[in-house]
Amino acid sequence: MTALTILQNTAPRAKFGLLLFALALLLAPWLVGSAGGNAWVRTLDFAMLYIMLALGLNIVVGYAGLLDMGFIAFYAVGAYLAALLSSPHLLAQFPALAAALPAGMHTPLWLILPLAALLAAGLGILLGAPTLRLRGDYLAIVTLGFGEIIRIFMRNLDRPINLTNGPKGISSVDPVQLFGVNFARTQEIFGLRLPSVYLYYYLFAAAMVVILFACIRLQHSRIGRAWLAIREDEQAAEAMGLNTRNLKLLAFAIGAAFGGVGGALFASFQGFVSPESFSLNESIAVLAMVVLGGMGHIPGVILGCVLLAALPETLRASMGTLQQTLFGQVLVDPEIIRQLFYGLALILAMLYRPAGLWPARTGGAR
Amino acid sequence: MSTALLHIDKVNKHFGGVAALSDVSLSIQGGHIHGLIGPNGAGKTTFFNVMTGLYRADSGQFSLDGQRYEPSSVHKVAQAGIARTFQNIRLFNAMSVLENVMVGRHIRTRNGVWAALTRHRRAREEERQTREHARQLLDYVGIGQFADYRADSLSYGHQRRLEIARALATEPRLLALDEPAAGMNLSEKQQLRELLEKIRDDGRTVLLIEHDVKLVMGICDQLTVLDYGQVIAQGTPEVVRHHPAVIQAYLGASAHV
Repeated sequence: MTALTILQNTAPRAKFGLLLFALALLLAPWLVGSAGGNAWVRTLDFAMLYIMLALGLNIVVGYAGLLDMGFIAFYAVGAYLAALLSSPHLLAQFPALAAALPAGMHTPLWLILPLAALLAAGLGILLGAPTLRLRGDYLAIVTLGFGEIIRIFMRNLDRPINLTNGPKGISSVDPVQLFGVNFARTQEIFGLRLPSVYLYYYLFAAAMVVILFACIRLQHSRIGRAWLAIREDEQAAEAMGLNTRNLKLLAFAIGAAFGGVGGALFASFQGFVSPESFSLNESIAVLAMVVLGGMGHIPGVILGCVLLAALPETLRASMGTLQQTLFGQVLVDPEIIRQLFYGLALILAMLYRPAGLWPARTGGAR
Repeated sequence: MSTALLHIDKVNKHFGGVAALSDVSLSIQGGHIHGLIGPNGAGKTTFFNVMTGLYRADSGQFSLDGQRYEPSSVHKVAQAGIARTFQNIRLFNAMSVLENVMVGRHIRTRNGVWAALTRHRRAREEERQTREHARQLLDYVGIGQFADYRADSLSYGHQRRLEIARALATEPRLLALDEPAAGMNLSEKQQLRELLEKIRDDGRTVLLIEHDVKLVMGICDQLTVLDYGQVIAQGTPEVVRHHPAVIQAYLGASAHV
């Protein structure tokens, strides 16, 4: 009996955890901002984007068990869609379009987000369909290639028709404008001064919570159970009558949709997109967040994101001063040490916590 | 006698030049436990894989409950009403015992993404029924008290019961078991036998592929014996036991009774 793991009834504990999470989410920018200034709140904004991405990837990798190394492609597609729909770039290329839209191309966010989700989901299915027979490493190689193809497309689609402006990227993307509030400027709400990074933080946090909610509901559903079953034993799942092809495509589509939403928000936040933001390194970083935290376990994934988004910045900020105090001079470029420690942290996690820092107690069981 | 629930006619399957199955026909009566036996390499597993859609037959006709079915893919066969278990148990290990059975309900339920996100009234009701049904099945096979345990934390015998419960959750017209007694000790075998008899007595039909001749002889209503990919005998255990071809296949040519 001792070897048996009994599932705890965590209902009251889960409620307490949720409350704590909501509080942390609300207060985070103020704590971080007062300690390190707006640059750190900006890091937090990116952490929110990464959580959206990682939650999307978690559906593909964590639930359905499909190793996707090109996930950043969906982020790129969402970002480029937002950039094209809310910047002067398209109008400059097509005079006819400019004549039709004298006020300029300013698609509102509430329209961009569903479009980005749909486009990314469509691409997810397009990628999934030919690769479904592949498993494990082979699938990883194909998806890796897909991610690179999208990036290279973005780089080279400036000829014959200049669609993406090539390696120069698309600039002057409209900032988010919701309910008459311009997110690019500091706003005064109820006497509270909210700089741009704070505004974006709350927007991203809200979007992240919506995605989080969807993930939790999906996991504890007929569809979520089917995904886990495919991950655990595809042949047995098929013998239970599960249409594994459609279910995998669904996982690809939903995961990609979340990535697309993240990308669209990213483009509006940055005001600029270029192919360099969507390199293989980014795909690997998001995958590392999912794996480090604990595949298939939502709290773990969030923890992984926050850690891996904050760690490089912390190291970048601390390594210079640390060397100053220790040796009286900066011996090694903080940028290099940062990379070293980042790698070291991942290796240590692999050695000592191979299932992730915060793994699920039992796969999908509550 | 009722009409045949499963009728398979003249199945052929070749692997390269080897005829793994030649003109194998099989009829299973509803409400029976039908045994499929034969020495090693006789083609039992090949036949099983053909009828459940894992391999494509070169030729042959398949009908279930009077309706033709084409075993072209595994999940379609399951949807048509044949649920199987595996020779080496294949559970969804990281999921709970209850969830394993709930996955079995998948093809008899309809909740999709929208239902999962909104959890509207009908969706909640279906989910409740799924859970309820799964619990009942766990009690039925006698492992209800382990519902919240991880599937791979169960003992071997209990894992086999869970696999059967999961298969029953698909509401199969035919339950096909691939060597369920393999690796079991005597008392586990006895319990398995009681479970299978209970399943039969509740009006279900079972196809049993088994090595354990004693178990098969004791429990089956009808037997089909395969050797070298051909049916060499068919009938009640009593008939098959004394069939010269069966004795020859199991004991060799020189044995005469």
